[in-house]
This record gives sequence, structure tokens and C-alpha cells, in this order.
Amino acid sequence: MTAPVIQATGLHRHYSISDGMFRKPRVLRAVAGLDFALSPGKTLAVVGESGCGKSTLARMVAMIEAPTEGELKLDGKPVLPSDWADLRQSVQIVFQDPYGSLNPRQRIGAILQEPLTINRPNLSREERESSAREMLKMVGLRPEHFDRYPHMFSGGQRQRIAIARALMLDPKVLVLDEPVSALDLSIQSAILNLLTELQDRLQLAYLFISHDLSVVRHVADNVIVMYLGRTVETGPKEAVFETPRHPYTRALLSATPSAEPATRKDRIKLSGELPSPLDIPRGCPFAPRCWKAEDRCRQEIPELTGTLNMAACFFPEGVSDA
Amino acid sequence: MSLLRIRNLSVAFSTASGAFQAVDAVDFDVDPGEILAIVGESGSGKSVSMLALMGLLPWTATVTADEITFDGKDLLRIDKNARRRIVGNDLAMIFQEPMSALNPCFTVGWQVKESLRYHLGLDRAAQHRRAIELFEQVGIPDPEKRLTAFPHQMSGGMNQRVMIAMAISCKPKLLIADEPTTALDVTIQAQILDLLADLRNETGMGLVLITHDMGVVAETAERVSVQYAGQKIEEQPVGPLFNKPHHPYTAALLDALPERAIERLLPTIPGVVPGQFDRPTGCLFSPRCKFADATCKTTPPATAGTDLGNVRCHYPLNTGEGIAS
Amino acid sequence: MSDTASDVARPSPLREFWFYFRENRGAVIGLWIFGVFAFLALFGPWIAPHDATAQFRDATLQPPFWQEGGNWTFPLGTDPLGRDMLSRLIVGARFSFFVGVVVVSIAASGGILMGLVAGFAPKWVDTIIMRIMDVILAFPSLLLALVLVAILGPSLTNAMIAIAIVLQPHYVRLTRASVLSELQKDYVTSAKVVGAGLPRLMFVTVLPNCLAPIIVQAALSFSTAILDAAALGFLGMGAQPPTPEWGTMLAEAREFILRAWWVVTLPGLAILVTVLAINLMGDGLRDALDPKLKRS
Repeated sequence: MTAPVIQATGLHRHYSISDGMFRKPRVLRAVAGLDFALSPGKTLAVVGESGCGKSTLARMVAMIEAPTEGELKLDGKPVLPSDWADLRQSVQIVFQDPYGSLNPRQRIGAILQEPLTINRPNLSREERESSAREMLKMVGLRPEHFDRYPHMFSGGQRQRIAIARALMLDPKVLVLDEPVSALDLSIQSAILNLLTELQDRLQLAYLFISHDLSVVRHVADNVIVMYLGRTVETGPKEAVFETPRHPYTRALLSATPSAEPATRKDRIKLSGELPSPLDIPRGCPFAPRCWKAEDRCRQEIPELTGTLNMAACFFPEGVSDA
Repeated sequence: MSLLRIRNLSVAFSTASGAFQAVDAVDFDVDPGEILAIVGESGSGKSVSMLALMGLLPWTATVTADEITFDGKDLLRIDKNARRRIVGNDLAMIFQEPMSALNPCFTVGWQVKESLRYHLGLDRAAQHRRAIELFEQVGIPDPEKRLTAFPHQMSGGMNQRVMIAMAISCKPKLLIADEPTTALDVTIQAQILDLLADLRNETGMGLVLITHDMGVVAETAERVSVQYAGQKIEEQPVGPLFNKPHHPYTAALLDALPERAIERLLPTIPGVVPGQFDRPTGCLFSPRCKFADATCKTTPPATAGTDLGNVRCHYPLNTGEGIAS
Repeated sequence: MSDTASDVARPSPLREFWFYFRENRGAVIGLWIFGVFAFLALFGPWIAPHDATAQFRDATLQPPFWQEGGNWTFPLGTDPLGRDMLSRLIVGARFSFFVGVVVVSIAASGGILMGLVAGFAPKWVDTIIMRIMDVILAFPSLLLALVLVAILGPSLTNAMIAIAIVLQPHYVRLTRASVLSELQKDYVTSAKVVGAGLPRLMFVTVLPNCLAPIIVQAALSFSTAILDAAALGFLGMGAQPPTPEWGTMLAEAREFILRAWWVVTLPGLAILVTVLAINLMGDGLRDALDPKLKRS
């Protein structure tokens, strides 16, 4: 069992939102206490709906923002903002929107060579160019695409280019922020296959963020379910999907439409709406919408408990249908 | 008698680089109280067909059809004023992005009442009562207070409910929902789809659901029409479509679903949807189809009968075996 | 491999731009007139039938050829000192063109730089820059230009500097607005994650994407610069006589409005036509470059 590449303990990220000149600023707790580890060749999926903090998590791991509390370790060494410039080469990110993540005024060749131009100044022009062309081939594009502009490509092709750029610096970790959500179904499977092949070949660790449970079920090794900045359930994929222990996970699984008309199920209806991250209620964040909530849930915050898959709930589910 | 009958609808756009055929000779039938899903990926023309029906396309679009009959009225040759009395009244539509489909400068209450004012001619007090009634019907808590809220003050799910309230305010006979839940979270999506189905059960209105999500189709639709590159390639009731698709594209699409994956690598469909410049002669799907032969590449397939789901294929499948590579 | 077959034959950006631009008839006419103007500016002295400063004492205040007393030697008549109007107008184009080019270059480069800094800098720097720009904008531009010229002394060069300073805030605002909106986009974050430093982010990543509205503004400022220079010339604070700058020509001819209309009207007409042409062209440019108005 190889040592984890990234280890996170107690990650918090708060934002101070000013509430006018004369009032105390309000605190937006985007991420409140996350622990996880990423291992080479394995995929950790983070699932949740909007406002759960998964994008903030992606930005912290990709070293775009620093955690307000907690520690992030890369290869055993703590990550500090002063080291970001050097450590960047080990962690790269692929974004959701293939139409916004490539500079419209740069040719593909320039986009791919840019990471090398900035970080490997000792390389000659020919070496850089051949590196870029190699990578273009590896993600399944053709040599003549090297000199074209992004607007000439489809969504799926642009995602391939974004993946190619992320790999130019030989990173160990790839943060994938909803990489296939904006793509058509037929293209989605091609990109997922590409990611699987690259992971096998290069032993990359993936942090795969998505709201689409069917995709997560296919790609993940381990899963974290987030709700309002907290982990509500975590564990190996099969355990979380087959025997979810947190009510929110159950509700999420029940709400996900399945492409089997014969199995139209009774859905767990969640009442109410997601509270604003500025006004997170006391106690368990899910209590206002939970059908099992009791007084204890509204007073104390439950910790993660469990053996195979851990859930933060005082009254976790028993064995139940997914 | 069907509520909506469309025959041979085509839409062409004039663009900087020539004419673009967005919709190519599609037929639709919707019976009263039925839920029809139109499924397709980007470039399939599914939204454009319905926008053409509503008369919402820009001036660059040319709409031609043999017949567009709604509730016995001929929408093709109708004059503008008569059309405005029907659209928004008996024929309503909701859109994908609730935040941008609502006018940010006016309260949601004002926007709902606008429809009541124009179509039903109600006075102020009656408008207010009906607006509260509608908000309750779509499940907005605290309706009287919410009438004075602005769209940006409410969440996506709430805004979508407001849009549905606007759409059903005049008790439409047919509601067209263009990707109504794509921009919403999965738990809210479930609520909205249930709401639409409940409204259908309560009021008997027809529902046309445009989507690219096969899961949504499986759970909500009764009949499904599959579109590819502007053409309708198959139409069947939902159960048989998922079990025994007739068109290789439908079969390939179903095989590509991650939840149907058997191995680590998913089946894919090679190639891309034809755009403006690379429309194949013959069957539009032939460059990507595993079963295509010379006939497929040269001759456009004819539409089969209803027993084969009106499929456009020279060699339709009816065993539904996986064919994607 | 899958989805690699998309060889979309989109027209090149220039052809696409021309497609939208030429739909606007006014803009195309403006473009042609501007072309003539630029041509005159470049080759004026060689085209003009006479020397612009040569005085023909025996043919002062001669009317244009279509009027009683005019002839073809001086097709558009002469001014009170006997100088040929046509030649003066043609050579005058040069000064106006020169003014336009220099002013726009200075205003744009300074404005773009400050706009970039304001967009990227921390809030307090941004606030300082924008408040200074607000102060400049609060002055009527001509008044400010007059004050500057009064301090520096009346000449065409000083007039150009003054006008450039006064036009800068428009570029700063435009650039800053574009920068702020581009900074939200993923490709900028991607560049940061890949290790791009501040200079690279500003000039290589973001600036090329902000150019469209700046180009439109440049076209429209060209005409503003010409108008302002003419106004300053008219007030005697710009180009000094005998320079055949159109505004200066107007100043000299004030008293002849009733007696010899061509001395006043023709330079005024020249200014009008040029400015109108540039504005029409600028409108066409904006419509052609605005992605929201695009159809495909």
C-alpha cells in the first residue's frame, strides 16, 4: 500500500463577508473540517450539491487558496503558500467549463507549452514543442490541431486539451472539478475513458469532484459526501452506494434518476431548501431537512463514526436500499 | 384527437457561413394529458423545434412545416395577434436557466401577475389572490411574502417554481419544459420533476419535456422521441425504448451511460455530431455507426412505421443488444 | 480515436469580421471616406495643386469655381490672404490625422496600462486610480485642455498632450472593466495554477482578450481628438497660423462668414465629414466586434 500523496487534516476555509461599514463581518464557512488522503493510482470522489464547498476544496488542494485552518501535506511535507510556486508542479487542475478554461487568444501549441515556458526555462524551444506535441497525441488529438485556436474545437476536444495542459508538468495529483458535467453523454464516456487510461499509465491520484452520482459510482475508489462544508459520509465506493449510513446520502441516491424505467421508485422527499452557508444552523447542518432529526441533532454536531463507511449522524441508517 | 400535431417541421438559420439546417423534417404528436420527452444531445435541434412552435426564434430563422395544429387551431397560418392570445395562455413554456429567464428588475409577484393581467384580464385583487394560489400550487412556502421578492433573492429551485407558476397561471393545455432541471441540484431536480408530474395529474395538461438526461426520461416520460442532428430518428413508449431501442444511436447512447457500465472502460461513440459543414450524404449517423454499410452512407433512410417506432434506419435493431465500441 | 473528426471550416476571423461590418452601409461609407482622408494625410503636399502657405495677393477672397468670379485655378476659392483653399484643406488633413493618431496612441497606451494595474491591483490602489480618473472626467474636456495649454503654451503639440490626458480615463475604465470580468474566468485561474507571474498574466493572458472594446473606443476617440484639436485651434490655443489646420483656419475666417462663406464653411465641412465618417466606422466596428450580436 503506497503512501498517500496528499494528506489533509482538519481543513477549514472561512470567508469574511462584510456586512456594511458599521456591522461585524459575517463568516461564510465554505469548508468546515475535512480530512482525507489521496493515493497514487486511486480516485477520491467528492460528491455534494451546490453550496457544499466542493469547489472551495478543489481550490485549496490545487493551491489557489490557502486553508484558514488545518493542514495540507504533499508527500509528507506541509504545504505553505510560500512554497506554492515550487509545489505547483505536483498538483494541477482541470475545470468544468471547457469553453472558459482555455485562453481564446492563444493557439493550442502555445497553451500547452506555457507551463514549460514558465517553469522549465532550461528547456530549448524544440524540446518544449516536441513535449507539447507528444502530450497532444497522448490525449487523442491530431498533430494539425497544434496550431489552431480553441474556438475551433468541440467541448470534448477542449477538455482533452485542458487535461493535456494539466499533465505537461508531470504532476502527481490531478484535481478534476466536474470535468464531464458540461459534456454530452457520448463525449463524456470518451473523456472518462481517457482519464482512466492516463491514471493507469501515469499512476496519478485523482480528486474527482462531481454532483453526478452515476459518474462517481463508475470512476471512484473512495467517496466523500459533503453537505454545507462538512463531511457527512465517507468510505469505499461500494459501501457508500450499497449501504449508505447518512440520511443525506440516502436522499441523494434516491433523488438521482436512474435510466431504468421499470424501477421507478418512491423518492425520499427532502423538505425545505439548502440553508445559506452564511447562516449555518447550530448542530447538525442537515437537521432542518432531515426526517429523522431530533433535539440532539439540533444542539450538537455529530462526529464521523463507523467502521467501513463512516457517517456523521447520531441516528445512522441500518442496512438500506440505495 | 391529438392536442398537438406537427408534420414535417424544418428550421434553417442563416449564418455568417451560409444556411444551417437546425431541424430537418420532424413530426410530433402529443395527446391531451400525455408526457412526451424529446431527447437529444447538443446539436440535435430539440429546443429549436419547440421554440419554432412557440414562435420564439430570431429573424434569421426560417420555419417551414406541412402542418402545425394545436388544439384544433392552425398555428402555421395564424396571424400575430391570434398567436399571442394562445402562446402563454393555452400553450406555455419554461426554460433552463431560471435565474436568467426571470426579469431581474421586477418582483416575482409582478411577473406572475403580468400573465394574469394580459391573458385573463383580472383586476388587482383577483390577480393577487390567484398569484398566491399559484405559488401554493407549485409548493413555494410562505407565498404571500414571496410575492414581493426579487429573483436574485431566491434560490434556483424557487425561481424554477416561479417560472412554473407563471406558465400554469392560465391553465395551459400544453406545457413545454426546455431542460427545466439541468441547472438545478439533484434533490431539487427530483422535487421539480415530481411537481410537473403532479400538475399533469391534477390538471390534465400535456407536458413536453426536453432533456439530454436519460435518467430523467426514464423516470418521468411516457413516450420518448429521440433526435439526432436535427432529425427525429426514433419514437417509442419509454419502457420499450430503454429495453429494445430500434436505432443504433439510441442503443449506443444507452450503452454509454455510466450506470450501465460493465467494465472499467465505458463504451463510446466515435466521431462527433455533424455540424454545419460536414453533413453526411445518406444517414446522418452513418459516419459513427458500427453497422453502417455502403447503402447507409449514400441513401438517407426512410422513416419506418409506428410498429418500429418511426425509426430512421436501414437496418433497425430490435433486440437492443449493445453496439457501441 | 473518438471525437477527433471535427474539422470545422469556420471562416477566418477577418472574413467573419468583414461579413458583419459590411452589413452596415454607413460604416462602409465611413470606411471609404476615412480611406480618402488617410490617403490625403499621407500624400497631401504632393497632391495639392498649390503650396498651402503661398499667398497670391492678386486673388484674395476669390469664390469657388461654381460661383460668379471663380475659376479653376483655385477650385474652392482663396482665403483673405490669397492662399488656395483646396490646397490648405488637403494639407490640413495631415495635421488632423496626425493629431488623431498621436492622441489615440498616447491616451490608449497610458489608459490601458493604468486600467490593467487598476484591475489587477489590490483594492486601495484601484480606488486611488479610479478616483483620479473620476476627477479628470468631471472636468469638461475642452476646459481642461484649455487650462493645460494655457500653462504649457499654445501649440499643436501641447494641444495634443492636453487632449490625450483628457481622453485617458475612458480607456482606463474600459480596460479595467474588461480585466475585472476576464479575471473571473477559468483560463486565468488555469494560468495562475500553471505558475504564471503577474506580468505574464497581465499582458499575455488577459490583455489580448480585452482589446475589442478598446479598438472601438480608439476609433471613436480619433474623431473626438480631431474635434478637440479643431476647437482648440479655433480658440487660438492649438495650432498657430499659418499652419493650415482646419480649426485654425476656422479661427482666421470668423469675420468673413457673411462676406466669403467658403473661407469658413469649407474647413467646417471638412471637419464634419471626417468626424462623421469615423463615427460611422466606429459604430460598424462595435457592431461587428460585439459577440452578443453575432449570429453563428
